[in-house]
Amino acid sequence: MSLLDLQRDMRAWLAREDAAAAERLGGTDIAPGLRVHQNNFRVQLATCLEDSFARTCDWIGGEDFHQAVVAHVERVSPSSWTLDAYPRDFPATLGLLHPADPEIAELAWIDLALAKAFAGPDAVPLAPAELGEVDWDHAILHLTPTLDLTDLATNSTAIWSALAEGAEPPPLQLLPEMGAILVWREGEAARFRAIGQLELQALLSVRAGLPFSGLCATLVEELGEQAGVAWAGQLLGQWLADGLIVSITTGIA
Amino acid sequence: MIASFAGFGLGLRKPHYAEFLETKVAVDFVEVISENFMVDGGRPRRILREVRDRYPVALHGVSMSLGSADGLDGAYLARLRALVEEIEPLFVSDHLSWSRIDGFNSHDLLPLPYTREALELVCANIAHAQDVLGREILVENPSTYIDFAPADMTEWEFLDRVCARTGCGLLLDVNNVYVSASNHGFDPLAYLDGVPHDRVRQIHLAGHSQGRELLIDTHDQPVPHPVWNLYAHVLPRLGAVATMIERDDAIPPLHKLLAELRTARRIAGAPARAAA
Repeated sequence: MSLLDLQRDMRAWLAREDAAAAERLGGTDIAPGLRVHQNNFRVQLATCLEDSFARTCDWIGGEDFHQAVVAHVERVSPSSWTLDAYPRDFPATLGLLHPADPEIAELAWIDLALAKAFAGPDAVPLAPAELGEVDWDHAILHLTPTLDLTDLATNSTAIWSALAEGAEPPPLQLLPEMGAILVWREGEAARFRAIGQLELQALLSVRAGLPFSGLCATLVEELGEQAGVAWAGQLLGQWLADGLIVSITTGIA
Repeated sequence: MIASFAGFGLGLRKPHYAEFLETKVAVDFVEVISENFMVDGGRPRRILREVRDRYPVALHGVSMSLGSADGLDGAYLARLRALVEEIEPLFVSDHLSWSRIDGFNSHDLLPLPYTREALELVCANIAHAQDVLGREILVENPSTYIDFAPADMTEWEFLDRVCARTGCGLLLDVNNVYVSASNHGFDPLAYLDGVPHDRVRQIHLAGHSQGRELLIDTHDQPVPHPVWNLYAHVLPRLGAVATMIERDDAIPPLHKLLAELRTARRIAGAPARAAA
């Protein structure tokens, strides 16, 4: 047997417990070793998911979480050199397993996004004192590279926070209108904040390169002159306080 | 030829970060798992930079997959190279094993058949890794649970040829020799006498556990007497080497690992080292 065939058979054994592949590899002569590697493979992946989704596990309970882990290991094979990549598809698996419980996949998204932000690229937030010389007519805000955003349909942020503090989580509630969440790292602490769709769209636009004046114009169009300008100022202050803005350029060549 | 470093060290693990950073621990070097620090930024990279300011660091990997029949992962090597350039480690090491094939990654150190075909492939992969990294690497003998037959050579003959053909060094894991010898019924002394002694630059010492049918390389126990005896057997045959205690699970307080390290120093006839 060639080395390539041997390795493909080993893959078939690990991923699908393929008995024919095990037989070709050596059958009963090597069965104890095959069992060791099968166990190593599954335990590694299960431990990785358990470590990555602690609050999700708290919410759905150990038995349901274990069933989800088993389903995920069956559904998704690891492909990256780093185990950190393996949890990325787990929220989707939870969504498939619990289609009527949107907060479960949302909690998993929060667990995952916080872990990604924790080891994401470093960036130094802009200090308010550095705003003095900014040409606001042409200013483009550059946001921290750990920024992550998604929609939320439930009060999952409140549930997550309560679980993290060891407190009784609030009852599940569907939000009256679609909300959102932003996750980022400030210093060495990964943080999140529940936001509305208006701030979500503002952050997405700014991240895509919309100048601050363009954001102001958009908000004025949506909210009217006074409220739009006030909103833009409020968002700028909030983003500075959160450490989300890392630099401002003018966009003029 | 990789420069020798004579010293005694420990694997850097999370429960001991603060002690390593806030005190001068009585070690000559620390070894870190490369992949834990091959991240973009944040606390892991800051910790490693600060540790590197205080101690020589060896980078030990588990994901290079030197035995993959479809070659090495270029993205992995690029990330490792960036870490190597930043940390300037004593050694860069990985295992004589494979983890990845056709885009599937087992995250386990899977065994190779010791055939001429595997020898050609492993040598080509090591040469490629060394080209990308711009330096020679150390290859560690694995604990194995499967002995693929038929083989063209023993594991120690395989390692001897790999070192001779690629210029790589050897990270000799004495516990792995003991575990594999027990699992496959070969003489561990023949193994230790058969490896290329002039290529050994680092030694791992660790513990293991008895599984249902096989010894398992769990790294969750103190170094047992048979492994100390093998260490005492091989050490006089080697030149200057870096010895370290490798513990990955059931991690005890640091002073217990330092006590094991003092045992290694005593066996080596090295003077004890006081913490600063």
